Amino acid sequence: MVPTWHYLALAAALFTVGVIGVLTRRNIIIIFMSLELILNAVNINLIAFARHWGSVDGHIFAIFIITVAAAEAAVGLGILIAFFRNRDTVNADEIDLLKW
Amino acid sequence: MTTLLEILDQPLVLALIRVLIVFTALSLIVAYLVYAERKILAHIQVRLGPMRVGPHGLLQPIADGLKLLLKEDIIPEGADRAVFWLAPAITVLASFTAFSLIPFADNFYVTDVNVGLLFVIAISSLGVLGIILGGWASNSHYPLLGALRSTAQLVSYEVALSFALISAILLAGTLSMNGIVKAQLQQGVWFAFMQPVAFFILFVAAIAETNRNPFDLPEAESELVAGFHTEYSGFRFSLFFLAEYAAMVLVSSIAVTLFLGGWLRPFPNVEWLGFLRFAPVVVFGAAGTWCFLRFFRFPTGREWFWQRLMLFALGAGAAAAALGLLYPPVLVASQGAFWFLAKVFLFLYAFIWFRGTFPRYRFDQLMRLGWHFMIPLAIVNVIFCGVGLVLSWELGWNRSLSLLLASGATLLVAAWLARERS
Amino acid sequence: MTFYEVTFYVLAVVALLSAILVITCRNPVHSAIFLVLTLLSVALIFLQLQAEFMAAVQIIVYIGGIMVLFLFVIMLVNLDVAVRQAPYNRQRWIAGFAALVLLAEFTLFIYQGRDWAKLPPAAAEAVQPNTELIGRALFQNYILPFEVASLLLLVAMVGAVLMAKQR
Repeated sequence: MVPTWHYLALAAALFTVGVIGVLTRRNIIIIFMSLELILNAVNINLIAFARHWGSVDGHIFAIFIITVAAAEAAVGLGILIAFFRNRDTVNADEIDLLKW
Repeated sequence: MTTLLEILDQPLVLALIRVLIVFTALSLIVAYLVYAERKILAHIQVRLGPMRVGPHGLLQPIADGLKLLLKEDIIPEGADRAVFWLAPAITVLASFTAFSLIPFADNFYVTDVNVGLLFVIAISSLGVLGIILGGWASNSHYPLLGALRSTAQLVSYEVALSFALISAILLAGTLSMNGIVKAQLQQGVWFAFMQPVAFFILFVAAIAETNRNPFDLPEAESELVAGFHTEYSGFRFSLFFLAEYAAMVLVSSIAVTLFLGGWLRPFPNVEWLGFLRFAPVVVFGAAGTWCFLRFFRFPTGREWFWQRLMLFALGAGAAAAALGLLYPPVLVASQGAFWFLAKVFLFLYAFIWFRGTFPRYRFDQLMRLGWHFMIPLAIVNVIFCGVGLVLSWELGWNRSLSLLLASGATLLVAAWLARERS
Repeated sequence: MTFYEVTFYVLAVVALLSAILVITCRNPVHSAIFLVLTLLSVALIFLQLQAEFMAAVQIIVYIGGIMVLFLFVIMLVNLDVAVRQAPYNRQRWIAGFAALVLLAEFTLFIYQGRDWAKLPPAAAEAVQPNTELIGRALFQNYILPFEVASLLLLVAMVGAVLMAKQR
């Protein structure tokens, strides 16, 4: 039997890795991937708690998180393509014009 | 001191043996599927097809396999070596792993979990990754374009395919693959008759999912050389090839399990059709007789000696199998697998037949068919199927009648959609 | 250690290592492959937590859908230039420090909850049959959030089409 806090530790570590990725990388695509890591870490937590308390409510919230992740990826990558078409770059720190 | 039986009793060992059997049988089926395709296409075009290696070219798959294995392994300049190596492995793993959830007979499957169908869809959706990575890693234009096309096509038709599967799940009330077959036994009807529209959508989407003619755009020779595997050669190419044909067998197995009653014999609840259980004997007997007839009409020269001998051995083997099947326990044990494989082969024959018959679609036509016709039709079909089921549950209507009404309504929508399109 | 425990630790190590590789690879395609590996191990961890339905959904939606979308976009935008540029931005040291603080916080919280973690978990059968329970919960208790989620997907779809459309 794996204690529940091991799952929480794994989720915390994955979350931190995702946060580092979001904060330090320049490439927007990799920033998006780090966001997926963060969402997944939360999912691990939810499913581990659902297992711990023996209730499927955690699964339901995980489903909603996956839904949001799908929506976020679709819109985000759409924005990315529009951005790439206009500026010919995918680096986050080059998005420094508010309007042109 | 553990005896052999005790070792066999352990669940993991039993599963391993089943995995080995399924894997071996599948490799054989895939190899001979390629041979059957060449032969059937040849006969459709009034040619002979492979005739040289073995009698009627029966050893051709082995020769082809050896050729592919012994070829030089070329990795293009500037290719991403690791990804280039990984891509075919992903595709093969995806299409072979999914077979672990298919029930081949009442008591012969690797595993039967309560979300079986979902896992089959999940595992087979991994195959797309191999295609897109292989196209990208080749560092060449044709593979990249082929991979993009292939991915767009697979992702589009996967939606229609999944909706077609949903209506079968609605009828069965379970996601377990064996449970779906048993639901068909219990309701006494194959779901293809209750949901003809869903079956049609599944069939078309399956052709698109496996990149077969008339939807073989990803590897349209006249436009893209060979699509995403243009730069692949030798062993890696054979892996892609294997995966493609295994995927054909997989979608046929899914369609048979969900819509054509899986391992059930035709009309499983009709008593007087019980004589159908002798069908395996008849099939093997006919094969044996054909081999013997051919044996006597074969040219008798020295150079034909080995081919004649092999034909004779095949005939003897088939005859022995037919005799063995007359023994009742063997006959009973072989029923499920026989009917399952017979239906799967029927499906595969239809795939090959289509390839010999239909011209290829244009890519925009393919996409329009998928998004403007197949997906709306599949969604409408699921909704009407649900309405029909609710009618039969809540108002006590006859189940078959309300489902047929639902299918009729779906057909009306289909006619309207087709008119809108033109 | 039982088989059950070994699978968890192996999967956890694989998930963590490939997650670190996701954020350190220069080439986005390699990052995507490692992200697929992470997602796959997380799906297997779900399986190990008796959440079969979630494992299947994770594979279908994340790997079969979102990751294919990622790879598709990576191939649409030309990245030969991006691979040769500096991968990290200027704030990386501050960001790394902030992340370490975050990790310390997590450690503190998990340490504070150590007594709670000793509570015995529910029986393994509590969340079975998984699909049926999820279906009931989703369509009875959570029907409103479910509908809102469908609205969200619709908006996302329209938004994505509008963004990526050629002008």
